[in-house]
Amino acid sequence: MNGEPALTSNASGEGFVVFDHVQKSYDGETLVVKDLNLSIGKGEFLTMLGPSGSGKTTCLMMLAGFETATHGEIKLNGRPINQVPPHKRGIGMVFQNYALFPHMSVGENLSFPLEVRGTGKSEREAKIKRALDMVQMGAFANRRPAQLSGGQQQRIALARALVFDPELVLMDEPLGALDKQLREHMQFEIKHLHESLGLTVVYVTHDQGEALTMSDRVAVFNDGRIQQLDAPDELYERPKNSFVAQFIGENNKLPGTIEALEDGKALVRLATGEVIDATPVNVTQKGQRTLVSIRPERVEFKPEMMPPGAHTIDAEVLEVIYMGDIFRTRLRVAGSEDFVMKSRNTLGQTKLVPGQHVRIGWHPQDARALEPM
Amino acid sequence: MTDTTALLTTADGKPLKSALAKSQGRARRRAFLLVAPLFFFVLLTFIIPIGQMLFQSVYNPTFTQAAPNLVRWFDENPAGSQIDEAAFAALAADLKQMKTDKTAGSAGTRINYDMPGTRSLFTAAARKADKLEPPYREALLEIDKTWGDPMLWRVMRSAASALTADFYLAALDLTRDDTGAIISVAQDRQVYVTLFARTFLLSGLITGLCLVLAFPIAHLLATLPLARSNLLMILVLLPFWTSLLVRTTSWMVLLQGQGVVNNVLVSLGILGEDGRIQMMYNQTGTIIAMTHILLPFMVLPLYSVMRPIPPSYVRAARSLGASSWTAFRRVYLPQTLPGIGAGALLVFILAVGYYITPALVGGADGQLISNLIAFHMQKSLNWSLAAALAGLLLAAVLALYWLYDRVVGIDNLKLG
Ligand SMILES: Nc1ncnc2c1ncn2[C@@H]1O[C@H](COP(=O)(O)OP(=O)(O)OP(=O)(O)O)[C@@H](O)[C@H]1O
Ligand SMILES: [Mg+2]
Repeated sequence: MNGEPALTSNASGEGFVVFDHVQKSYDGETLVVKDLNLSIGKGEFLTMLGPSGSGKTTCLMMLAGFETATHGEIKLNGRPINQVPPHKRGIGMVFQNYALFPHMSVGENLSFPLEVRGTGKSEREAKIKRALDMVQMGAFANRRPAQLSGGQQQRIALARALVFDPELVLMDEPLGALDKQLREHMQFEIKHLHESLGLTVVYVTHDQGEALTMSDRVAVFNDGRIQQLDAPDELYERPKNSFVAQFIGENNKLPGTIEALEDGKALVRLATGEVIDATPVNVTQKGQRTLVSIRPERVEFKPEMMPPGAHTIDAEVLEVIYMGDIFRTRLRVAGSEDFVMKSRNTLGQTKLVPGQHVRIGWHPQDARALEPM
Repeated sequence: MTDTTALLTTADGKPLKSALAKSQGRARRRAFLLVAPLFFFVLLTFIIPIGQMLFQSVYNPTFTQAAPNLVRWFDENPAGSQIDEAAFAALAADLKQMKTDKTAGSAGTRINYDMPGTRSLFTAAARKADKLEPPYREALLEIDKTWGDPMLWRVMRSAASALTADFYLAALDLTRDDTGAIISVAQDRQVYVTLFARTFLLSGLITGLCLVLAFPIAHLLATLPLARSNLLMILVLLPFWTSLLVRTTSWMVLLQGQGVVNNVLVSLGILGEDGRIQMMYNQTGTIIAMTHILLPFMVLPLYSVMRPIPPSYVRAARSLGASSWTAFRRVYLPQTLPGIGAGALLVFILAVGYYITPALVGGADGQLISNLIAFHMQKSLNWSLAAALAGLLLAAVLALYWLYDRVVGIDNLKLG
């Protein structure tokens, strides 16, 4: 395996994995996946993120061969695989419940994919040892899965999916059952393996933090469609629609109408009559209704901390929650009562009290005018 | 250190140990009271009758009670002694006693078990007992020459001890010769071993058929959506709600020579009128009807083991490169083993002791050992032999459990 840079395409100029106008229906009445087009480069770490029931697992299962696409084509390395049975696809897979075979020891679990491929005994042993060492579980080859902790089972599942050297690995919420600390540790390890082995990974998760920290690109799913496919920073800082804005991280939403729209700037009249500057995203005409979304950590109340060119507005403090590293202040802004501001708990930070009137501000670039859903 | 532990006390100064025993004792007494009704029920309806039966298979006092004088003579004269006048005198005295007590029939029956045709010997002699005069040997031989038969005396000697293993010997087609050594009975009287063999063979076959038929059904039940699998489950359980007799007779209607299946085959021209297949009143009938009746006992344990197996195991195996057959054989099948074991054990044990179906549809060669046990209980009235046969059956079943425990482990048994 080599350390190719992410996002390169193969010889034919297409992605390593391609979904081409793929649709899926289970019951013939509703489409669970609606016209999916996705091209994943060799060596890329792509995460599918989305709310429950948005069709992430279905996409993964179609790629793995356990579900057939109702329409469209899936290609792997330039080859259509719709007719290829799962065991001939050579894709490693990590399941949410790990799916370690309970009647086999850890070593036998790892040996299984090699045995069915007819690998010789000595080569098998070498590969098993290498895979176990890779996940720091070398001493556990003789244990049964039931004798392992959740995190250890997770590692073995990972080792089993990698032991036969697949180029593509699919993971369906592999860390869902682990506690926060272990999850963060495993995120790091998976990411490390991805980089050192040059794997192509398609990863499914509910957890946006996980998606943002691990991925080269994130596909945000909702209602059977990809809402946005972008690098994590793009996704967080420049959400393309109000679903993504709401789904990724916390966001303040101020409803209003477009007053004026010209060269990358928009004037938005809020419900209370105030007019603010914003960056138009998917609004196109004057008079259109819009939702202005602003990240809580981009809101400031101390004049000296405001970015140059900031737009300021009156606010009333409703509630201050101490969260250790930050203060989470709930404010009344332009008639909305759930406007949140996050300020770091720095030395000498001004303490706000409920009832206090302050003037808050943000840079117009951080206020994104989106079409409401 | 040990001193301090010995001195541990509760807050109010009582020794900790006795306080603990006292508090647990109450809970234990309560638990015992709760299980007591079931315990006595099981004792009365299960343990005592089985104990009684097993006792009867080694203890039969009919002859010892009816013939006390003979018993005394046998005690005083070891096996192989000359049958002298004293012996015949004791016999004559016992026959007189039998006449007044009206026990000649039962004593004769007991001897008849081991020597056919001797029941009438006793009843006839007892009728004339009052007229017997010394020398008794000649008098008795006058009534019937058989009284001089050494075989008869050997049989009476063995019947004279109430505690005996003879019934077990008989149940295994064995007997004792003149010297008391154990030998097989004559070829034409060997029935039980063959019947045991047939019973185990047919039960094994029925178990195998049930497994083959039940596995796909159970798998379907376990993988279908719940609403539809519930419907299918009702179909599986339906036979449970129908009388056994009705089910067996419907098989008779279907399968007999003039039955539905044969009629259809003949009218379709597949069979000639004289080529009708004999599927009833033979082993085929027993196998078909019992497989049908015992099928649910295989489906249920299999289902209960298969239901919680998540589909992701087989999927994982497939994604790791196993064909669907390999995935089934190496991943799915091993996980259903506890259900297979439980179902097979259950069906086999039920089949080994099955009575009513073979009695109705088995004909001559489809009878099982329990039909013979019933015969000895109801017709020949040889309860001791019936008990010995049942005891052997019980031992075989227990041996099976033991084997299962050794091979699979009894805690791997999953019945539902
Ligand atoms: N085997 C199936 N038969 C019928 N409908 C299904 C099946 N599997 C999934 N669905 C439906 O398809 C839709 C998408 O399901 P999918 O499992 O892909 O969602 P998901 O994004 O993985 O959700 P989650 O985050 O909860 O795992 C859901 O509405 C679900 O009810
Ligand atoms: Mg899912």
